[in-house]
Amino acid sequence: MADAEKIIEIRVLRYRSEQDKEPVPQSFKVPFTDDMSVLQGLQYIKDYLDGTLSFRWSCRMAICGSCGMMIDGKPKLSCKTFLREYYPEGLSVEALAHFPIERDLIVSVEDFVTKLERIKPYIIPKEPRTLEQGEYLQTPQQRDMYEQFSSCINCMLCYAACPQYGLNPDFTGPGILALLHRYNADSRDGGQSERLNSLGHTDEGFWGCTAVAYCSEVCPKGVDPANAINQNKMNSAINYFTRFVTQGEANK
Amino acid sequence: MKRSNEPIFWSLFGAGGMLAALIGPALVFITGIAVPFGLFFSPDTMSYANMLAFSQHWAGKVFVLAVIALFLWHAAHRIGILLHDFGIHAIALVKVVVYGSALLGTVVAAYALLKIGS
Amino acid sequence: MSNRRPYVRSMDGWWKRDAYFMRYMAREVTALFVAAYAFVLLVGLVRLSQGEAAFNGWLQYLKTPQMLVFHLIALATFCYHTWSWFSIMPKTMPIMYVGGKRVQPGAITGAGIAASVVACLAVLLIAGGMHS
Repeated sequence: MADAEKIIEIRVLRYRSEQDKEPVPQSFKVPFTDDMSVLQGLQYIKDYLDGTLSFRWSCRMAICGSCGMMIDGKPKLSCKTFLREYYPEGLSVEALAHFPIERDLIVSVEDFVTKLERIKPYIIPKEPRTLEQGEYLQTPQQRDMYEQFSSCINCMLCYAACPQYGLNPDFTGPGILALLHRYNADSRDGGQSERLNSLGHTDEGFWGCTAVAYCSEVCPKGVDPANAINQNKMNSAINYFTRFVTQGEANK
Repeated sequence: MKRSNEPIFWSLFGAGGMLAALIGPALVFITGIAVPFGLFFSPDTMSYANMLAFSQHWAGKVFVLAVIALFLWHAAHRIGILLHDFGIHAIALVKVVVYGSALLGTVVAAYALLKIGS
Repeated sequence: MSNRRPYVRSMDGWWKRDAYFMRYMAREVTALFVAAYAFVLLVGLVRLSQGEAAFNGWLQYLKTPQMLVFHLIALATFCYHTWSWFSIMPKTMPIMYVGGKRVQPGAITGAGIAASVVACLAVLLIAGGMHS
C-alpha cells in the first residue's frame, strides 16, 4: 500500500535512574494509521526507534488495567486512546500522575497494592455457611447496589486524577474505597463493621475525599468511585453521632 | 486507624451549604442590592424598626442565627480544605483558625440576638 | 546493588493542570464569598443590637459603590454555589430506583435547582410583604 504515511510526534517523558537526575522529554516521529492506539505507537517506538523505552501493557483491550498513563496531561489507558485524536499537533505521554516514577512510563504501585489488601476485598460471610445450604440468592436489585463498583480493573487512573491522593499518599484513594464499598454493599457480605471501623470512618477512608470527582470522569469502566465514597459520608456521619446510643447493635 | 471527627464539621458544612444553595441568591439580592437601592423592594423593608421586630421574634432569631452561623461553618470547612489544596500543611493550626473563627462569629451572633431581646 | 531511584513529582500548581481542577477550585472559592456575606450580615446584626443610629450607619454603608459591587459579585458566586452544589449532590446519594428505573444524576440536580428557585421565590415574596 503506497499511500503517503501520516507521521505523528509522540513526546515521551523519559526517566532512567542510572543516567537521568530527573525526567527528561524525548520526541519520536511515529508513522501511524487511524486504527492505531497510543499503545501501538509506543510499541512502534520500542520496536524500531528506541528499544530502551519502558512501559507496562498486556491485554491491549482495556480490561487488564496495565497501560494507564498521562496522555496530553489526562489519565488514560494507552490501549484505549487513539493517535488519530492528536493529529497533527502530536501528543505528550508521561507516567501516571501521583505515583513515583520507576522508569519511563512505569510507576511504583506498591502503595496501591498494600492498600488493596488492607480493605479485605472478599466476601466475609455473615455467618458460617455449609455447602448443603447451597448458593446465595440475590435479586437483580440487590446486585445493582454493588455491580458497577465491581467493574474496577485496578488501572489506577482514578489515583492519577485524585488531587487528594497526590497531596496526601496516606489517603486510601478512590479505586480501593470503591472496592471497599463494593463489598459492603453486597447483600452476601457481613464484614461492613470491620471495613468501616478499620478504614471507612477514618481520615484515610471516606473523610479524606473532598468530592473533586475527577476520578469518576477518568474511570474507563464507569465505576464512579466518587459516588462509592460520598454516598457513605452521610451514613458515616449519622453513625458517628449515634454510635454510643446504638451500642447494642454495634456489638452484633 | 483512628475514627475521623470530620462528621461534626462536615454536617455543619452540609447544612450551611444546603441553606446557601436554597436561599442564598435571594438573600444576597434582597439585602445587598434590592433593598438598599429601592429595586422592587421598598428601602424601609430593612428599616431599624422592621429588623428589630423581626429579630425580637423567636422565629426571626432562629432564622438570623441559622443563616449567619451555618454560612460561617460551611465557609470555614471549605476554606480549610482550600488551604490544604493550596499546599498549606499546618492542618491542625488551619482547623483551629477556621473553625475558631466560625465559632466566634456564632457566639457574637447569639449574643447580639440575646441582647436585642424580645 | 539496586539502581532504583523512584522519582516523585511535585504537586505545586496541580490545580492549574486541567480545566476540571480549575472548576473544582472555583467551586471551593465560593466559600470566601459565603463567609464574607455572612460577615456583612453579622456586622449588621451587631449594629442592630447597638441601637438605631448604629444600624442606620450600617444601612448607609450598604449603599456605597464598593458594597454594591461586592454584592453583585456575591450574587453571581452564590448562583454558582447553587449550581455546583446540586451538580455534586448526585455523587452523595446511594443508588436509587423509582418505578423500576434507576434515578439519574440529572434528575437529582434538576430537582435541587428547582427547589432552590422555589425557595428563593418564597423568600422574595416574604420579604416583599415586610415593608413598613
